[in-house]
Amino acid sequence: MLTKEQPAQALREQVTTTISGAEATLRALLAEDVDTIFGYPGGAIIPIYDALYDFKEQLNHVLVRHEQGGIHAAQGFARASGRVGVVFATSGPGATNLVTGLADALIDSTPLVCITGQVFAHLLGTDAFQETDILNITTPITKWNYQITNAEEIPEVLAKAFYIARSGRPGPVLIDITKNAQQQKFEYNGYTPCNHIRSYRPKPIVRPEYIEQAAALINQAQRPFVLWGQGVILGKAEQEFKEFIEKSGIPAAWTILGAGALPTDHPLNVGMLGMHGNYGPNVLTNECDVLIAIGMRFDDRVTGRLDKYAKQAKVVHLDIDPTEIDKNVAATVPVWGDCKETLPLLTQLVDNKTHAEWRQRFEDYQTQEVAAVIQEELFPTSEELTMGEVIQQLNELTQGEAIVVTDVGQHQMVACRYARFNRSRSNITSGGLGTMGFALPAAIGAKFGAPSSTVVAVIGDGGFQMTIQELGTIMQTGVDVKIMILNNQFLGMVRQWQELFNDRRYSFVNIASPDYVTVASGYGIAGKRVTERGELQTALQEMLAHPGSFLLEVMVTKENNIFPMVPQGCSVSEIRLR
Amino acid sequence: MSDPQIIDRQEYNITAYTENQIGLLNRIAIIFSRRKINIESLNTSPSEIDGIHRFNIVIHETEEVVRKIAKQIEKQVEVLKVYYNTNQEVIWQEMALYKVPTDVIAEKASVERLLRENGARAVVIRKDYTVFETTGHREETDALIKVLQPYGLIEFVRSARIAIIKHSDGFNRKLREFERTEPSSEVIENEYLNSRDKVFTM
Repeated sequence: MLTKEQPAQALREQVTTTISGAEATLRALLAEDVDTIFGYPGGAIIPIYDALYDFKEQLNHVLVRHEQGGIHAAQGFARASGRVGVVFATSGPGATNLVTGLADALIDSTPLVCITGQVFAHLLGTDAFQETDILNITTPITKWNYQITNAEEIPEVLAKAFYIARSGRPGPVLIDITKNAQQQKFEYNGYTPCNHIRSYRPKPIVRPEYIEQAAALINQAQRPFVLWGQGVILGKAEQEFKEFIEKSGIPAAWTILGAGALPTDHPLNVGMLGMHGNYGPNVLTNECDVLIAIGMRFDDRVTGRLDKYAKQAKVVHLDIDPTEIDKNVAATVPVWGDCKETLPLLTQLVDNKTHAEWRQRFEDYQTQEVAAVIQEELFPTSEELTMGEVIQQLNELTQGEAIVVTDVGQHQMVACRYARFNRSRSNITSGGLGTMGFALPAAIGAKFGAPSSTVVAVIGDGGFQMTIQELGTIMQTGVDVKIMILNNQFLGMVRQWQELFNDRRYSFVNIASPDYVTVASGYGIAGKRVTERGELQTALQEMLAHPGSFLLEVMVTKENNIFPMVPQGCSVSEIRLR
Repeated sequence: MSDPQIIDRQEYNITAYTENQIGLLNRIAIIFSRRKINIESLNTSPSEIDGIHRFNIVIHETEEVVRKIAKQIEKQVEVLKVYYNTNQEVIWQEMALYKVPTDVIAEKASVERLLRENGARAVVIRKDYTVFETTGHREETDALIKVLQPYGLIEFVRSARIAIIKHSDGFNRKLREFERTEPSSEVIENEYLNSRDKVFTM
């Protein structure tokens, strides 16, 4: 019998014993250092849950309220911890409920291993009860997927799954295991981790000539500008990144998934890029002479109109994924590789500079933005509370040390713009897919992934109602998540677009809410509602000091807009302050 | 004014070396369908290397699109290597079968001559019909349709295209590197990044 302390190494040793496919699955997870699983049982995955009954000491299973909550929790876990998130779901509806999370994890490069039960192999293709062709459904939204119909395949396939999920550009993997394979006894010969697949090349060998060309270009630049993305975090290259920009003195701006890789207060951090990013970084993208993109993919929310994007600049693109190079923006010099390896090589070759005048231009634009937008948002003169001032007060209390998990919409943009991030992996949000309903379950997962951190979920009244059932998961597990609902009684971002681009035709964006504090109390979660400015700070303090989860609903201005804004179809330099 | 993107479009032959894996065809097909690109021809077959399959895919697109697609295919876990080539860079063949009424063929000696001129041969001769076969480029197999049409062509079918790259030394040598846990820089190169013509030089 395995003990709680059984190290993963012991599980990797060669032993011959007869076990079931279900037990082999759990042994594989333990051998991969998994300690937390998010899941929901069902008929086709009962054998694995049955085996889990005997592994309760070693594997902490979090029973979610919906499989979508399970996968978002695993995403939050992975993003906060840097480990692979693991999800269990049954066949049919259980598996299809994972689809949104898989798509989200693929576009945001989150390492996940999802294990779904499947009907007996002899029933495949017969429209059996709760049968669905989950492999074909998830093919476009997984990095890899595979169906196991024979227990003997389990150790090798799971080893491959973990290797694929976490290596190279990370991503979600789905393994579908038929019920007969879970039940089948076979001769188990131990678990061998995977570190090579013939047809898979996660990490290229770095080519020095490209590094040299990139350095030459950077050294001759008068107005170089760095854009960084989540690749810096995924590559665990925060320190290497900091050394590179500090030596080269280049101002650097971030995509929302890159937030936190460099502390918000770092003097070279000039702010956020993109549709609701900062004024200076957007305008000056079209004025720099060399653009250095590090671990970012030139998403359309960042670039705006591509045919007017940084046309004057030579582009150096550092990325581990060759398909990103030249995909949206043509690179003058591609630096294909893991930025953990490429950045130090580049740092060696770049000159020590300060670019004082050029950096001043970002500060000038920042001054304009503060006057036009930020001052009123963070320190409003009107009576109504703004989302920005809530985040500002939170900053003061947490000092940028909390993990901030956001949902999708106006509050997301406000939180990403104004929250302070002192540490890497402290900004968790659905970037590429823009999944409403992400934050509550992701925050639960983040707390399991980083138990010593304060986790604050910032959620709009729309997104919260999409996965509100996960309050049940908080109730049952006792996990400590601070939930902050910024309630503007609208689906705010859609309303903003309707106001600006559809003549204020507010079509179905007025959303009613239940009494959230009462709902929370039904789940045994403490809560408070704030409507006045005078109550805000005390309420935030109460929330943060509360032992265990706490729900704080803040009523904010109904029709506030997020500015600056690059309207869709416009160039980044056409960003509007109003 | 004509769209330069349309002018730049031509036939490209994509050659992918892959593992022989269930579901991979779907994974590759999705890469085309999500961009609304029609596959003109698709052939899968074993390659000269045991256990490695070879896809031959023909699409009509611009080089930029083909390059991105080739990279996307190569990115799939079970794909070892992808090349893309214009028709001039490959030796390619398609096979066609033609079913015509035997009595017409028997009576009209000129048809026989035309078949010989077109390099066709009889595969099956029955009382009621005869099946001919030709192999060649599209225009060659198309030409015979026109010839046979007046003589009561009953049925016609053409295979997917197969192609061999003229200038490549093949994948065989590279495969040995793929088998190794730590491949050398020679093989880990990405063709699309290497062959780029606009790499910055001082």
